[in-house]
This record gives sequence, structure tokens and C-alpha cells, in this order.
Amino acid sequence: MKIAVISFPGSNCDRDMVFGLEQAGFEPELVWHSATALDSFAGAVVPGGFSYGDYLRAGALAKFSPVMAPLAEMAAQGLPVLGVCNGFQILTEAGLLPGALLPNIKMKFLCQPVFLRVEQPGLGLEPGEVFELPIAHGEGCYYAAPEVLAGLEASGQIALRYCSPAGELSDAWNPNGSLAAIAGVSNSAGNVLGMMPHPERYAHPALGSAVGQRFLRGFLERR
Amino acid sequence: MNYKAEIRLFLKPGILDVQGRAVEQALRSSGHSVSAVRVLKVLQMDLEAETPAAAERELLAVVETLKNPVIEEASFTLEPA
Repeated sequence: MKIAVISFPGSNCDRDMVFGLEQAGFEPELVWHSATALDSFAGAVVPGGFSYGDYLRAGALAKFSPVMAPLAEMAAQGLPVLGVCNGFQILTEAGLLPGALLPNIKMKFLCQPVFLRVEQPGLGLEPGEVFELPIAHGEGCYYAAPEVLAGLEASGQIALRYCSPAGELSDAWNPNGSLAAIAGVSNSAGNVLGMMPHPERYAHPALGSAVGQRFLRGFLERR
Repeated sequence: MNYKAEIRLFLKPGILDVQGRAVEQALRSSGHSVSAVRVLKVLQMDLEAETPAAAERELLAVVETLKNPVIEEASFTLEPA
């Protein structure tokens, strides 16, 4: 399964994502953001980093890149599109996912492992299961208007929440102040997913965990 | 005609502005009795259009493109250059 990994000026997790996807059994290929077609791919990943230096807002300028048109088409066709970290910010700025990412509540860049509770089926882990992934971001505080949040809850679009090792939700285990402890959301069809944690950084036992492989396979092969 | 435009982007009321809060705390710790500090983004640009109405239409389109409607509001000024 060929997966496009989109590189923008300032992306810095693109090669890590290629590695993670290879470990998970995919055929990833780096695609520069000036690409105007993604026809040969069965899915795409928008990786982390600091596209356009986070100027204006994180992800705000990447939405003007030529590749965003075929990426939106891919999303509309129901093919899997995953945004990780800056990729999540880009997908929300482009309107492919609901909500927005604000600066972390304590204004601190967070680089640490977190515990996540699976809230959706089809992510390679069982709903309710708790697992660990690393985060590395300064602007990961998820926000959506109250009526939008209610809709996300009702339609099961919340994919991942920050939690304690036992799966409980509390401010102490919500590292960036995200609304409803949201770490990842999907579109209503479930084929576009954005998340702040980095599955590609836990994609080999030598990195401490290979759970990211399961996650990537789960989402990209989701039907 | 040439115009000078200024766009202000700011977080909607009720959305916590962590930058504003940090600035406020710094100011208060220096003895300044300020409150409700918000940090805005200001963009200045030159703009060319046939008529004032066309310039305003163009600027409105720019504002809508730059603004994140989930979290931000915007205001602008437009003057002949």
C-alpha cells in the first residue's frame, strides 16, 4: 500500500514517518508540498514539524500549498489521511478536521511520553485500551466551540484522549490543556484523522515501543 | 489606485490567550496594575484596486483567508496610499 508523506518547508518528522510506515509494512514515499497530484497513492500522512516556521499560526500557511487540493480530494474520496502534530494543525487550518490547536495552556513546549485512551474502533487497538506515545509540541491545546464539541462527542469523532495509566481523565494527565482531553479527532466519515502524539516515534522496539506500527496499520487500513 | 491596509487578528472573547496571560503576569510582577492583556497579530500591506469598493472586497477576502474562524476574529483599516 503506497502512502504519500507530505513534506513542507519546515517539516522535520517526515523521514521519521517514512521509517515508521516502512516498519508497519507500507510503501511510503516523500512528496514535496508543490505536488499537484496524489493519484498513485492509497493514502497520505501529513507529518510533524514547523511548516513555514509556524508563521501566522501553526499550520496556517501550509494550507496554501498546491498539494492541499489533491489531499482534500483524497479525503473526499474516503482514502485515509493522517495528520500528526503539525500535520494535525495543518488539517484543522485547512478545514479538513474540526477545531483548532492553541498554544499549550502553560506556554511550555512539551516533549514527553503520554498515556492515551483509545476512543474509536479501527485504530489498531481496542476502544478503552490505554497506550503510550510521545508528544513534542508547543501548540497542542485542542479547542472547538461548545456546540462543535457536543457534535464530536455525539458522532464518535473523538479518537484519542490523554489519560492516566489507568485510563482516567483528569487535568493532571492532560498535558496541554486540551478541551475534553482530546489528543486526536477524526472527520465524520472516519477517514481523516489528526493527532498530536507521534506514532512514528514508537515504531520499533529499539525506540522503546513498537505500538506505533499497530496504530498506523489500524488507521491506514481502516474500512 | 493604491491603498494601505492593516489587519488585526485576535482571539475570540472567552478563548484563553496564554501569551496575554504571560505578559500580564510579567507586567504585574513589575508593579504595573494591568489586567485583561491580550496579544494581537497586526498585518500591514499595500493593495491595488480600481475603486475603494473593490479594495474593500479584496481586503475582506484576504481577511477571511488569513483568519482561523474557529478561534479568531478580525478587524481592518483601509486608506488610500
